Amino acid sequence: MPVNYYIFLSIALFVIGIIGVLTRRNAIIIFMCIELMLNAVNLMLVAFSKMHHLANAAKDASAGIDGQLFVFFIMVVAAAEVSVGLAIIVMMYRNIHSVDVNFLNRLKH
Amino acid sequence: MEVWRGFMKNALDIAWLVPFFPLLGFLINGLGRKVLSKSLISIVGCGVVLASFVLSIWIFWQVKNGNTFVASYFDFISVRSLHVPFAFQVDQLSAIFLLIITGVGFLIHVYSTSYMHEETSEHFGRYFSYLNLFIFSMLLLVMGANYTIMFIGWEGVGLCSYLLIGYWFKNTEYNKAANKAFIMNRIGDLGFLIAIFWIISKVGTTNFSDVFASTNSFSPSEITIITLLLFVGATGKSAQIPLYTWLPDAMAGPTPVSALIHAATMVTAGIYMIARSNALYSLSELSMNVVAIVGLATSILAATIALKQHDIKKVLAYSTVSQLGYMFLALGVGAYSTGVFHVMTHAFFKALLFLAAGSVIHAMGGEQDIRKMGGLNRLKITSITFLVGCIAIAGVPPFSGFFSKDAILLAAFEHNKILYAVALFGAILTAYYMFRLFVLTFTGKFRGTEEQQHHLHESPPAMTIVLVILAILSVIGGLIGIPDVIMKGGDKLTEFLAPVIPVRVEEAVSSSTEISLMALSSGLVVVAIIVAWFRFRKYEFKPSKGLGKVLENKWYVDEFYDAIIVKPLNKLGEILNEGLEKSGIDALVNGIGRAVQYGGRQLRWLQSGQVGSYVLLMVVSIVLFFVLQFFLRK
Repeated sequence: MPVNYYIFLSIALFVIGIIGVLTRRNAIIIFMCIELMLNAVNLMLVAFSKMHHLANAAKDASAGIDGQLFVFFIMVVAAAEVSVGLAIIVMMYRNIHSVDVNFLNRLKH
Repeated sequence: MEVWRGFMKNALDIAWLVPFFPLLGFLINGLGRKVLSKSLISIVGCGVVLASFVLSIWIFWQVKNGNTFVASYFDFISVRSLHVPFAFQVDQLSAIFLLIITGVGFLIHVYSTSYMHEETSEHFGRYFSYLNLFIFSMLLLVMGANYTIMFIGWEGVGLCSYLLIGYWFKNTEYNKAANKAFIMNRIGDLGFLIAIFWIISKVGTTNFSDVFASTNSFSPSEITIITLLLFVGATGKSAQIPLYTWLPDAMAGPTPVSALIHAATMVTAGIYMIARSNALYSLSELSMNVVAIVGLATSILAATIALKQHDIKKVLAYSTVSQLGYMFLALGVGAYSTGVFHVMTHAFFKALLFLAAGSVIHAMGGEQDIRKMGGLNRLKITSITFLVGCIAIAGVPPFSGFFSKDAILLAAFEHNKILYAVALFGAILTAYYMFRLFVLTFTGKFRGTEEQQHHLHESPPAMTIVLVILAILSVIGGLIGIPDVIMKGGDKLTEFLAPVIPVRVEEAVSSSTEISLMALSSGLVVVAIIVAWFRFRKYEFKPSKGLGKVLENKWYVDEFYDAIIVKPLNKLGEILNEGLEKSGIDALVNGIGRAVQYGGRQLRWLQSGQVGSYVLLMVVSIVLFFVLQFFLRK
């Protein structure tokens, strides 16, 4: 499959993520959109890694492997982020009985 | 005997102790002024100067036996090929000055212990520490073996004069007088400094011996310029036209300080410097003429002003300016040793006159106006010693002033008859105004208040003993310079100074001419004294008119300086303040501040606290970044 398809798919995912973060007010949905963006990047990394490997496999058996390694890093970071973020959202709900981020403009104080 | 000789040799190396003692006194009195008692301060203050004086006598004795030396202690400045050692030079010239400075200085210190007794002990300590520092600076000035060390002392006496003139610092007028002295001195110092740099650039050293040995590396015009620049320094320090106006204003300080400035230290610095640099001056006829003419002009100008002053100290101050003029005249006609001779006799009688005037002021409870005095001859010792001082300064034989002044007149006569005539006129004026002062102060009826009359008393012994000693010196001080006509080989001073100051090749003036010149000047002086005596015995004070008014206002020189220098400078300052400072620099600085504040206020709205807006901004700016990257790469 040409790499273009992967690129278009991940751009679409990424843009959906951005638009979601920008337009939605529910903290959990924003969170999901962030995950979407991270996964768009993961997809891209894997796709390029594969492409790179196919092109250089003759010379170097492990060509392009570092792209896939990065994906694992990102997944670990994303998992950590989710655990912290969800905890924050839970605390937020306990305090203001809402997960609407627009209530949270107290950050500027 | 051998041990003794060894000690003698080493002892010459301890010359540094001479200025060290007053420095020590300065530190003790200056740092301990809050804890030391007045008597302790007096003992320290006078003791250190006495120690220096004793050492000076000893050094003088050594020098008289032919032991002159330059002692180098350490490298003061060392930059590439330029090495300025911290070195002291002890020779005939500096030995004489050491004696004058420490001797007369010591007497003034002793006098001060009594004169300043009413000060609180803290200020008493401050006073003595300044006095000691003054002596220290002056000793540094005359002992320095190069122009650099001399310059340190030169600046030091300027600083000390500032501190002492403004000693009563709560009085704004006194502070202004102190500032005036300091600023005028600084103007002169600049000339001196440029001359030093010039010398360094030419011969690469400031050591007197090296500079005078390599005079051929200067071109004649350079010598003229350097000597004139040195003379500018001398006019500032020694109060000559055009920088003399600070000296009369310096009367703001306590009277012993005036005596110190006028007799032992400070004003003689210029004379010393020129006498020291005689090897340079002798090479430039133009500079010599300038020195002589400026000296003579100053002496006449100051003498005319002194005719009409009403403040006892002002009269003496102008007489100092006038006498300094004579010294410069002597230097200018090449009679350096005569100039030094007059420095010495002048130190005696001027210290005497000032201290006696201080005694009068003390008795009058601070009054200095001679119109309110009169009939003070009941202050026996003060009046007699003051009379001695007047006779000495007027130049009546055989008092000290006669010998030194007559030697100057003779030197002027040999050089140029016109100089002689003008100088003689000045000598007559001197006798006249000094006896005007004496007669108005000490004879006739008392013109002060009842209270002052009741209060009149002779000063305590610490003051009168000093007066008597100085009076004796004023009488006999001239005997070391008796001219050859009167006594063969009588001119001990010139003989003594011969290694430093080459003896002048005398132009032939027959001894009969010399005798008749002496008789002429003494006769005229006596006539002037008699005229003054009878004119002022029953003098009625009237507001003066015409020339008298001009003289009373000091030829309006201060007003003239005020109009051409002070006022324009103030005006320029005002313009720069309004134009450049306020609307230029201030506007720029404040403008930057205001712009930052305004920008901050506007940018504040970006930080709304809405997470969504932050994210939007991030996205927009990243998109913008990529777009820019995309276009710029092409």
